[in-house]
Amino acid sequence: MNRYMTQRLFGIAVRAAALLVVGVLLLVIGVTVARGGGVLLADPSIVFTPPGSRYMLEGTGGFLHAVLGSLFIVGPATVVSMVAAVSTAVYLQSDYSSRRFSDGVNMFLNVLWGTPPIVYGVFVLTIIIATGAQTSLFFGIIAIAIFQYPIMTRYTDEALRAAPETVRESTYGLGATRFESMRMTVRAAAPGVIAGLVMGFARGIGDAATVLFTTGRSTRMPGGLFEAATTLPVLIFDQAMSFNAEVRSHAYAAAFVLTSVVLGLILLSKLLAGRYARYTPGGNR
Amino acid sequence: MTTDTDSLQNRAQSSRLGRRLLAERYSSYWLTGAGYLAIALFAGITLLLFYRSLPILSEYPLSSMLTSANWDPAANNFGFLPAIVGTIYVTALSMLMGVPIALGAAIYIAEYAEGRTKTLVAALIDVLAAIPSVIFGLVALIVVVPVIGRYVAPVFSENTVGVGIFTVSLVIAIVVTPFMTSLSVESLESLPDELRETSLGVGATKFETIRSVLLRAAGPGIFSAILLGFGRVFGATIVPALLIGGQTQIPNSIFSTGQTLPTLIVNDFGELMSLPLTQSALIFVGLMLVIVVWLFNFGAMLVQQRLKRRWQYQ
Amino acid sequence: MTDTPLTTDQLSVTYTGDREIEAVKGVSIGFPANTLTTIIGPSGCGKSTLLKSLNRLHEIQENVTIDGDVLLSGDSVYNTDVPAPEIRKRIGYVPQTPTALPVSIYENVAYGLRIHGDYESKADLDEKVETYLRKVNLWDEVADRLDAPGAELSTGQIQRLCVARSLAVEPDVLLCDEVTSALDPVSAESVEKTLKRLKSEYTIILVTHSMAQARRLADEVVFLYLGEVIESNDVRSFFEDPQQERTKAFIGGPTPVNREDNATGPTTTPPTSAGGEGPAAGDDKQ
Repeated sequence: MNRYMTQRLFGIAVRAAALLVVGVLLLVIGVTVARGGGVLLADPSIVFTPPGSRYMLEGTGGFLHAVLGSLFIVGPATVVSMVAAVSTAVYLQSDYSSRRFSDGVNMFLNVLWGTPPIVYGVFVLTIIIATGAQTSLFFGIIAIAIFQYPIMTRYTDEALRAAPETVRESTYGLGATRFESMRMTVRAAAPGVIAGLVMGFARGIGDAATVLFTTGRSTRMPGGLFEAATTLPVLIFDQAMSFNAEVRSHAYAAAFVLTSVVLGLILLSKLLAGRYARYTPGGNR
Repeated sequence: MTTDTDSLQNRAQSSRLGRRLLAERYSSYWLTGAGYLAIALFAGITLLLFYRSLPILSEYPLSSMLTSANWDPAANNFGFLPAIVGTIYVTALSMLMGVPIALGAAIYIAEYAEGRTKTLVAALIDVLAAIPSVIFGLVALIVVVPVIGRYVAPVFSENTVGVGIFTVSLVIAIVVTPFMTSLSVESLESLPDELRETSLGVGATKFETIRSVLLRAAGPGIFSAILLGFGRVFGATIVPALLIGGQTQIPNSIFSTGQTLPTLIVNDFGELMSLPLTQSALIFVGLMLVIVVWLFNFGAMLVQQRLKRRWQYQ
Repeated sequence: MTDTPLTTDQLSVTYTGDREIEAVKGVSIGFPANTLTTIIGPSGCGKSTLLKSLNRLHEIQENVTIDGDVLLSGDSVYNTDVPAPEIRKRIGYVPQTPTALPVSIYENVAYGLRIHGDYESKADLDEKVETYLRKVNLWDEVADRLDAPGAELSTGQIQRLCVARSLAVEPDVLLCDEVTSALDPVSAESVEKTLKRLKSEYTIILVTHSMAQARRLADEVVFLYLGEVIESNDVRSFFEDPQQERTKAFIGGPTPVNREDNATGPTTTPPTSAGGEGPAAGDDKQ
C-alpha cells in the first residue's frame, strides 16, 4: 500500500501549500488593515491634508501629495499605455500582420514583461540625464507607461484573439474596411480589454521602482507637469525606514489606502467585464 | 438595387468611400508603427543603457569589476562582486522556497479543490498576486524581521537584528508565489480531462497521474510561470532595499546583511549621481540586469519549445 | 430566370499553407436573379470556400490564392480597382454561426447603413431599421427592446438579425453559409421561412449540407464534390432526374420533390429531363 501512502501524503502536502499561501495573504491584509486602519480611524484627515514642512521628519500634516501624485502619474500613464497597447495588439492580429511577425513581437513583449521595473526606472532616468531635464511628474508618467505597456498589450492581444472570428466575417461581409471591422472586433473583446486596462492601472499604481528616481520623491504638493512629485508606493518606501514613529504610522495608513485601491480595482475589473460581457457574442450564456 | 442614376448621390457616396479608404490607410500607418513599438523599446533600452555604460567600461576592465569585492564609488572602486553574490543568494533561496509552494498550491487549486473552496482560494491567490510589493516589505518589517532576529537566527547561532539575505529571500518568495501559482493553475486547468481519465484509467493513483502526466503536459506553461517568477525575484527592488541591510560586503552566511544589484542602484543613485563615473557604473548595473533577464528569457524560449515537443500530448 | 447577376469564370481557390490544397477547381457557373440557389455536397468539399470567394471574403485569411474570376452583373470582382469593401457591400454574407455584433439590436441593423452612409437622417435610419427587421419577421419580437444587446436574443433571432443586417446594405446578392446548421429545429424553421419569403426579391446563394433543406428551399441546386461542380440544375430536375452517377449516389437515387410553393414549375407534371444544362457538369473521375 506504499503507493497509496504517497498519494495521501501528497494530498496533505498540496493542501498545506495552499493553506500557507492563503494564510500569508490573510496575515498581510490583516496587519495592513489593523495597523493602517487604526491610524486612519484615529485621524482620517491625513489622507486629505497636504504635508507639513517637516512631514518626513515629524509627520506633520498628511499625505495628500502622494495620493494626488499617484493619480496624476498613473492616470495619464494608463491612458497613454492603453492607446499604444490596443494599437499594437490590433496590429498583431492576422488582418494586419503575418503569424511570424506576431510571434516575434510576442516574444519581445514577453521579455519586456519579465524585465524588472527598476530597469525602466534606470532607462527613463538615463533619458533625463542625457537630455539635462529634471525628475518630474512627466517622467513618472513615461516610466509607468512603459512599465504598463507589455502587460496591457498581452491582455488586449489575448482578448482580441478570443473574439469570435465571425464578427470579422460579418463586418467584412457588410462591406466594412479592415479598420472598421477591427473597431467592431475591439468592441467584441471589450471585457478582456477592460480587464487589461484595470490590471495595468493596478500594477502601475502599486509599483515603486519605476518612479523612485524619475519623479523626484517630492514632499510637497505636485505643482505641475514638470515639477517633482511622489507616489504612494514611494512614500511608503520612504516612510517605512523613518525613525519617527508618527511617520512610520503614516506608512501603514498609506499602505491601507493603496491596498484598498488595488483590491477595489480588481473587483471593479471583474464587475466591468461582466457588464460588457452582455454585449459580447455568447456572453449572456 | 441596381443602377443609381442620381449623380449627386453617387458623388456623395464615392467621396464617403474615399474618406473611409483614407481612414483605412492612415490608421494602418499608425498601427504598423505601434506594431514595431515593442521591438523599438527593446532596442532603445539596450542601446541607451549600453551607450551610457561605455564610460565605466572603457575605464576599467570588465573582468576585474565583476570579480572585485571592493565597492566604494567615492574612491573610484567599482567591484560588483558583493552585489552579484547577494543577488545570486537571494534569487536561489527565493526560488527554492517559492517554487515548491507555488506548485503545491497550484496543484491543490487545479486538481483537489472543488466548488466554493476552489473559487475562493483561487480568488484570494489572485488578490495576493496583485498586492504591491512595497506592502509586503512594510508588513515584513514588523512581522518577519523581529521573528527572524529573535527566534530563527539564534537557532543557527547567528546574531542579527533580523534584516538580511534570508529575510529578503523569504519575503520575495511570498511576493512571487501567488504570481507563479496563478499562472500554473491556468496551464493545469487548460489540460483536457481525457488526459486525467486516460491515466486514472490504467490504474494510476491521483499522485502518479499528476506527477507523470499532468505536470508534463502542463510543463511548458508551468515553466514559463517559474521563469516570470524568476524575472520578478531577480529584479526585485523595493523589498530588498527595505530589508537587506544595505552593506556592500560579500555575505558570509544567509543571515548576514548584503546588497543585490537593484539595491545597489537604489542606495547609491541619489547621492552619487553627480559623479559621472558612478553614474555610468550604476547604469551598467541596469544593463547587467537587462542582459541577464533577456538572455534567460530567450534561452528559456528555446527550452520551452523543446519541452513542448517532448511533452506534447496531442 | 434569365438574368444572372453573378457568374463565375473558371474560378479556382488554392490554399497555400503547409500543404497546397486546391479547394475549388475551375468552377464556371451562374446564379440566376431573384432565385435561391443552394450549393450542396459532402463536408469539406469546398462549398464554404466557393461561397467566400464570391465576395473576396477569404482574403481575410492568409495563404489563399485565386485564379479565374467572378462577374457581378458583368463587372469583374477580382480584376478591378474597386476596393473589396464596395464589392462586399454588393454581395452580402451571412456567416454560419449566428453572430450579433457587440452593440444593440438597433445598431446591429444600422451598422452597415452607418458605415456606408446610406441614410439621410435619423428618421430615415429608424425607418430602414424597422423595414429590414420586418423583412425577417423580427420586428414584432424586438420592437420594444431595440436598445438591448443583440447578443441577448435567442440564436434563431440572432440569425434572422444577421440576415436583416445584411439586407440593410441592399446587396445585389446574398451569400448564406449553412445558416441553419448551428440552430435548433424551431429556430432553423423560422430562418428557413424568412429565406423562403425573401427569395422572390433577392438573389440568394445558400450553402447547405442538408438535402432536405435544399429540397424545401431551393430553386436551383449546385452539387459540388471535391471542389468541382458535378451537376447543377433546377431543384425538380436535380432531385427527380439526376444526370450524373455521383449525384445519384449522393442523393440516394431519384427522389420526388413535394412542395406546395415550388416556384420553378407546376407541381403535378412528371419530371422532364433537363440535365446537363448547367454551365459545368463536371467530369466524373474517381
